[in-house]
Amino acid sequence: MVRVFTLFTLAITTLAHSQEVIFNRDIRPILSNKCFFCHGPDEKTREADLRLDTREGALEDHDGFSAVVPGKPDDSELIYRVTEATGDEAMPPPHAKKESLTKPEVALFRRWIEQGAPYQGHWSFEPLAKTTPPESWKGNPIDYFVNASLSKLEVTPSPAADPATLIRRLSLDLTGLLPTPEETAAFINDQSPKAWTHLVDRLLASPHYGERWGRHWLDQARYADSHGYSVDGGRDMWPFRDWVIKALNDDLPFDQFTIEQLAGDLLPNRTKSQLIASAFHRNTLINQEGGSDREQFRVESVIDRVNTTGAVWLGLTIGCAQCHTHKFDPITHREYYELFAFFNNAEDANGTGPTVEVAQYEILNNNPKPPAPPKATDKPGPPAKWLPANYEKYRTNSGAPFKLLKDNSLLVDKSAKPNEAYNLSISSKLNTVSALRLRIIPDKSLPKNGPGTAGNGNLVLTNLTVSLNGKPVRLKAAFADHEQPDYPASHIIDSSKSSGWAINVGGGQKAKMNAEHEVSFIFEKPISTKGKPLTIRMEHDRNENYLVGRFAFDLSATAPPVSKGKAPGLVKPRTGKLMVMKELANPRTTYLLTRGDFTRPDKELGALTPGILSKVKPALPDATKRNRLDLAKWLIDPANPLTPRVTVNRTWMRYFGRGLVETEEDFGTQGSPPTHPELLDYLGKRFIEDGWSMKKLHRLIVTSETYRRSSKARPDLADLDPRNLLLARQSRLRLDAEIIRDAALSASGLFTPVIGGPGVYPPQPDGIYAFTQSRKSWRTSTGPDRYRRAMYTFFYRSAPYPLLSTFDAPDFQTVCTHRVRSNTPLQALTIANDPAFLEIAQGLAARLLRDKPGGLDAIIQHAFQLSLCREPSSEELSILGNYVRQQIKDFSKDDKAARALLSKDLLSSETPPAEAAALVGLSRALLNTDNFITRE
Amino acid sequence: MNDFENRWLAERTRRHFFCDCGVGLGTIAMNSMLGQLQAGQLPVIDPANPMSARKPPLPAKAKKVIFLHMAGAPSQLDLFEDKPKLREYHGKTPPKSLMEGKRFAFLKGNETLLGSERTFSKYGECGMSLSELFPHHRKIVDEVVWLRGMTTDVFNHGPAKLFMNTGFQAPGRPSMGSWITYGLGSESENLPGFVVLQSGPRGPRAGNSLWASGFLPTSFQGVPFRGKGDAILHLRSPEGITRERERSFYDTVGALNRERLKETGDPEILTRLNAYEMAYRMQTSAPELMDLKGESKATLDSYGVEPGESSFAANCLLARRLVERGSRFVQLYHTNWDSHGGPGENLNKDFEKVCKDVDQASAALVLDLKERGMLEDTLVIWGGEFGRTPMGENRKTVGRDHHIDAFTMWMAGAGLKKGYIHGQSDELGFGVVDGKVHVHDLHATLLHLLGFDHEQLTYRFQGRDFRLTDVHGKIVKEILA
Repeated sequence: MVRVFTLFTLAITTLAHSQEVIFNRDIRPILSNKCFFCHGPDEKTREADLRLDTREGALEDHDGFSAVVPGKPDDSELIYRVTEATGDEAMPPPHAKKESLTKPEVALFRRWIEQGAPYQGHWSFEPLAKTTPPESWKGNPIDYFVNASLSKLEVTPSPAADPATLIRRLSLDLTGLLPTPEETAAFINDQSPKAWTHLVDRLLASPHYGERWGRHWLDQARYADSHGYSVDGGRDMWPFRDWVIKALNDDLPFDQFTIEQLAGDLLPNRTKSQLIASAFHRNTLINQEGGSDREQFRVESVIDRVNTTGAVWLGLTIGCAQCHTHKFDPITHREYYELFAFFNNAEDANGTGPTVEVAQYEILNNNPKPPAPPKATDKPGPPAKWLPANYEKYRTNSGAPFKLLKDNSLLVDKSAKPNEAYNLSISSKLNTVSALRLRIIPDKSLPKNGPGTAGNGNLVLTNLTVSLNGKPVRLKAAFADHEQPDYPASHIIDSSKSSGWAINVGGGQKAKMNAEHEVSFIFEKPISTKGKPLTIRMEHDRNENYLVGRFAFDLSATAPPVSKGKAPGLVKPRTGKLMVMKELANPRTTYLLTRGDFTRPDKELGALTPGILSKVKPALPDATKRNRLDLAKWLIDPANPLTPRVTVNRTWMRYFGRGLVETEEDFGTQGSPPTHPELLDYLGKRFIEDGWSMKKLHRLIVTSETYRRSSKARPDLADLDPRNLLLARQSRLRLDAEIIRDAALSASGLFTPVIGGPGVYPPQPDGIYAFTQSRKSWRTSTGPDRYRRAMYTFFYRSAPYPLLSTFDAPDFQTVCTHRVRSNTPLQALTIANDPAFLEIAQGLAARLLRDKPGGLDAIIQHAFQLSLCREPSSEELSILGNYVRQQIKDFSKDDKAARALLSKDLLSSETPPAEAAALVGLSRALLNTDNFITRE
Repeated sequence: MNDFENRWLAERTRRHFFCDCGVGLGTIAMNSMLGQLQAGQLPVIDPANPMSARKPPLPAKAKKVIFLHMAGAPSQLDLFEDKPKLREYHGKTPPKSLMEGKRFAFLKGNETLLGSERTFSKYGECGMSLSELFPHHRKIVDEVVWLRGMTTDVFNHGPAKLFMNTGFQAPGRPSMGSWITYGLGSESENLPGFVVLQSGPRGPRAGNSLWASGFLPTSFQGVPFRGKGDAILHLRSPEGITRERERSFYDTVGALNRERLKETGDPEILTRLNAYEMAYRMQTSAPELMDLKGESKATLDSYGVEPGESSFAANCLLARRLVERGSRFVQLYHTNWDSHGGPGENLNKDFEKVCKDVDQASAALVLDLKERGMLEDTLVIWGGEFGRTPMGENRKTVGRDHHIDAFTMWMAGAGLKKGYIHGQSDELGFGVVDGKVHVHDLHATLLHLLGFDHEQLTYRFQGRDFRLTDVHGKIVKEILA
């Protein structure tokens, strides 16, 4: 296999380049792999005082012998050692367990020495080369470079994929969502030459672009919603996640993006947003286990910050130098701890540390903002005169009845569903109404006398809305005589299904839970009812079986006074306490840690000051006090060749499945060299010239022909380029874990496109925490939060949401720059049987019925359009047609089974159960195809 | 299967190294492609079926492993290590020389030595000492190797459990079950190759990262079998879908996938076809596995299995059934051994209970495997993430803190001596006097028995060739048969 690969590279080498041996391309990989361990940069493992990583070392005289004598291969000890020498003299020596050099490799060495044995610096440390297509080239510069290597090997590139594939590919790549059938049709029918660029611009402007690419970045930031290790308690990191989404949507230049995340807290006149950005390095783990050594885990998190910074910006495995000088790359043990010194002064020490309170709407403006508070002019008027309401209609969503009691209050029946909603029509003699009062009343039939239906008599009322003649009546305030801590009355009118008003008694409160309580709602302005009834809806979406049990409404023509020492319950937005970076006033002293052990600081060597890798340009200006801001500026200095190369390479990798440098995480000497070095440097330079604009980089890539090529296999290239390194075609890529769910949600029409905010809890199977130390709270979301993008699913590091792990999402313990893509039976079971996916299949079936496309063929075609964004082939149409017909026949004989497969919506539709069940089967089959979970 | 598929299958045997790297196990192929690793030592993985059984590069004694992980760390001083001196000095402050430079999780420094209240006797030809709390272990003293000189590096549960499982104290590395299935695949086509079972009042600390595949492909991550409901997550078809209906669903999905294979020529679709077929088979093989009806009453009684109840005993029996059916690595976690002396964690009643939970079934597993001839190629390993201190803790009830310098584990089966005591701690149980076995050594020995040089079973990640034993590990030759 290796031989075939070598032949392939040789083929490229010989055809694409001259006969000149190039050190970095031909010689260094062999030296690095077979020689540097004993004859490289690390003094401690160096043998025979010989180093081959520098030309001086290779030419040095050792008692009359030199490893390399330029121009004279036969006089060079190196050639002798790798060919004729035996026993201990043979290189690599038997104990190294490395294979001997092959004949072609030896020949390369001979030619290189003949040519004078020139050395080069390692390619990735060299400045970006100026590589520009000739002026005559009018197309996309990417295609110039890719086509150049293709034409040298006389390979014809694949044609562009068909438009349907292209719009699905681009939508998934840029937003992670599927295009609608209308969008697909519009694109296919758009004959304008600018159709593609219009589509690109539309998708880049979509707010979902920030989510899609934010998720890639969050992998590198090791973002999660819990502390990790064994206790793994929750944390409020979502404001950082929202910051990333917003930064990408605003196309914050990558240099600024870098500075704010690494050192936002240190910027002069920093904004709150910049402080939020500094949470990047607060994504480290916190060990909450009793008896933990704070210092040990503080050091662990500093090490993680160093390694993450190295991996994300430099693409170097600097972690190796934590214990010793890097064996292959120019990173010394000492330099590692000089980098460490940048991060060693943070205030946090295996604990929450400094935080900043962030409200949901502060970062992303599209979340509901609270209505304006009552103005000073809203002085308390005369006391309200409450008139009891008349109940014209009262029913629950499920049909469970109410009993109207003698005192004109309503008592809900025991048959009510766990998350029941109440719909009422109430009236009064009043012509004008300014306020509404809900009284909740204890009743003997309720647990602990109520007034709620929970086991302890509590309740959580999540929303109450009022409307008149179908028009909503705006409520500006809600306040209650008693509120459970964290469950204020204002939560009833914040439109959030996950927050509400409850009445349990918390620390220091004197009120009683199982007693009559009241909550008043003030209308934004008085409304004239003219005898018409008000429609009231009450929802209980947060907890199961926490309903209001017995209650009554009163109305008032005047707004009640809200003072009495009690502030009106204005809508409070959800806030989070985000952990951020902060420097200690008195810096810690940094020592080199012997073998990386925090109990063994090397005090002999003395205190270290912050410093960067000396082999990576530019040099850091001398300064008495260096901090993280200096480090960040060094990373994005245009003279630093690694940051742009690493960044554009990773961006490329997301689109093609593989970077131009395949070892995207290792730009060191052990990594693979770029397949298209000129292209890599062109993109790097262009990225900087374009002001580090990430959107411009995306646009450049996706408008290339190379990106738009068909991904169909090329049997004609099976021998020459089986791994598609030449990019004659695109690649089929399985979707990321989150995108599988997102795509399914968008196909089904269930999708809730809300961006940002605290984590949500879609349904997950029971028993997930049987394998962890402590059970986590998982209040399954109901309502719209149930169908949010998977990136908002609350992520516990010790017990991730199963779908995500099954489809290769990392557990975010450490930086993840590249996800593996596996293909396992557990994945099959998940999409086939996970109730969350069945719910989506039911949603898709319901959508098919709603859209009523016509006969069976039309239904199948529509289902194809919704999920695969294309027309079925005649074979596919017949496979699914037969399947649906067979199921209808089968389910007609088994009504019970058919009904079992249906959601409430489908059960209440007019379609016969057997047919509806067959459509669920059709939807389930489509979601399970390889095509569905693949970007083609 | 049509001609087209045949052609692709033929193609892929030639090309499986070159599978599209964007998908599947391309990274493994890449390792070899770059020519940077020793030929012949690294597993050759068929991307269409990453779990297919593979031969190890070296002669192997063991083929399968059952690891009984005693989560929380059992007290070796109350089970295996009779220390008369500790009893003699009970209540005394430990010698300063022994305490210098030592770090403990909870001890404040004013604790005193704690002699065991348990009665010990010597058993078997090897004369292994056991306390009264492990009566069933008497039956296997001459079957197992006793490792009384175990040491580890870290003294908190989460990090130490990770260390025992992955050779590294922070999360993110592959667990040993992942390494082993990466190396050997699995002999079962109907059940996962690496299975995790859990019993006791709570799950083990550090959770999923204990059986995560780290940077190895997720095909090699442990599959937790659940005690309640279906053994494997999402095993059950939706309500209303019978086996027959499921077959036609899988046929339909398969037919659609074959159409797409024809259209795109992507061999990854063949892998998907295989994965779906195995999923379909697992739907029957997993319930069959969990159904203990076929086991004789004598067997059930020997383990102490109460039919219908999930327990450590039932898990031991399931472990046997799993390796019998070809699974490669089965790991059991049982909590709670964390006998600090706090509520629910004292060395009296609470300790007696957890001992009773595991004693009988642990021994029964060894004997059952032996009787069936399965001990010939199956390894059983028993132990916690560390041991417990010779000092007691200053709490209301008796307890001991975490101790990393000397503790006891045992191993039995393939390629090991029988009834052999290896290692010894000092008179007070502070440190190892001879026969020290570090966790890295345990891993090296385990891999050796399975036919691997622990220095050669590597995986390249972020530019480095990683291994289970990091840069350490010596094979414990003394315990090999």
